[in-house]
Amino acid sequence: MVPPTSSSVTLNINGEKHTLSVDHRTSLLDALRERLDLTGTKKGCDQGQCGACTVLVDGRRTVSCLQLAVAAEDREITTVEGLAEGERLHPVQQAFLDLDGFQCGYCTPGQICSAVAVIEEHAAGWPSAVTDDVRPEAGPPPLTPQEIRERMSGNLCRCGAYVSIVEAVTRAAAERTEATEEAAA
Amino acid sequence: MREFDYRRADDVPGAVALLDADPDARYLGGGTNLVDLMRTGVERPARLVDVRRLPLDRIEPTDDGGLRIGATVTNSDLAAHPEVRRRYPALTEAVLAGASGQLRNMATVGGNLLQRTRCGYFADVTKPCNKRLPGSGCPAVEGEHHNHAVLGATEHCVAVHPSDMGVALAAFDAVVSYRTADGPGESAFADFYLPVGDTPHRETALPQGALVTGITLPPVPSAARSRYRKVRERASYAFAIGSVAAALDVSNGVVREARLALGAVASRPWRAHAAERVLNGAPASADYFAAAADAELAAARPLPGNAYKVTLMRNLMVAVLSELAEEAAR
Repeated sequence: MVPPTSSSVTLNINGEKHTLSVDHRTSLLDALRERLDLTGTKKGCDQGQCGACTVLVDGRRTVSCLQLAVAAEDREITTVEGLAEGERLHPVQQAFLDLDGFQCGYCTPGQICSAVAVIEEHAAGWPSAVTDDVRPEAGPPPLTPQEIRERMSGNLCRCGAYVSIVEAVTRAAAERTEATEEAAA
Repeated sequence: MREFDYRRADDVPGAVALLDADPDARYLGGGTNLVDLMRTGVERPARLVDVRRLPLDRIEPTDDGGLRIGATVTNSDLAAHPEVRRRYPALTEAVLAGASGQLRNMATVGGNLLQRTRCGYFADVTKPCNKRLPGSGCPAVEGEHHNHAVLGATEHCVAVHPSDMGVALAAFDAVVSYRTADGPGESAFADFYLPVGDTPHRETALPQGALVTGITLPPVPSAARSRYRKVRERASYAFAIGSVAAALDVSNGVVREARLALGAVASRPWRAHAAERVLNGAPASADYFAAAADAELAAARPLPGNAYKVTLMRNLMVAVLSELAEEAAR
């Protein structure tokens, strides 16, 4: 008997379930763009090096080009289309718009999804490669421009909009901190 | 890409049974290396056994004061774990120095150990490569080899192991646990990667069909003061051209215990035993750090295009050891 090379999978994307038959070779990226018409997620290098295809899988940023669709079954997938609440943009999206965090826009959905996760990772106390002292006693590092550049280094921008991207992430992170403090007060 | 069957395993024995020691099948972890290699045709499995959801995603203390790290723990979770950061800071630093935030979220500890070299000839199926196609030759020896091995290589293969994490694991004497149809087994890190010899396609001591289930770190008191330093061709998100994991226990200006491992210089994370022998019991000073580095690098056999690595590694060892000695003196 020839083993199957395709399967029926249910993908949970932006809170909606989609059941489709996929060739096992299909990446999550291709399933999103070619099968589900969710073209916000962009294909850059298709080998995990540029970050344009970044989506959130169970809240963790992931390059969807190296994620097989069949292996993403039952995971909670959030694409750039799922970040806004109705007409209200996600604070990271708004910050990118207000501070010109892009030029041509092709890498932007990946940059934004990555930034959303960077802010959460930092809030959870994760150190980075530029953190001086990673020991927990040292406490979480401040989210300096240097920290943001390191944490966002998996997202390339061929236009070189990095300066504004760092500003946008800085503002969105500060807004999140303020919102958390207000909620606690 | 060749078409393939896909199976998802629920438990460890089930995963081993699904793979069935079939040389045409592969375990799928985070996929960050394997999927890429399948796309370029370097890997052409007929079946993938997805082990990403196995219950091997925990980091637990062991009775003797070490840590047991499950094979499906992601690089991100490993690096962020408070006990890893407290007891083995060089391991956190090494993991964070590798890849990008996205890839660290996907990649697993087991997969990190088994990732393949990034040698350009290995990755290009139109070129000969003894690792990919045994007996076909090694174009890197006379070709592009600026980031290839200076230690432990042979004329059959000069590729380097790309892992950062593995360098810290080598320094801390990790033990790799695995499972086969016959039951559990383990391998000391020192024995896990095989010498290159004339069989560069045989990379690890894992039996056919074995599934890596985890890594155990023994208690290493000196690791509480440890560092990982990586040199690369851009500031972030690049493979090392050289790296050092080091731990140093200094008392009254004398080295009580030194642990040193080097990355991107050999087919495996390279434990610097010769350097450690010079350091243990010696004064913690730059002269002895340089002598230790020279002792290790006496065995270096650089190629015309990577002789810079010998100087680089010497300076890197001295710098990291000096930094640790300064911290100890504070």
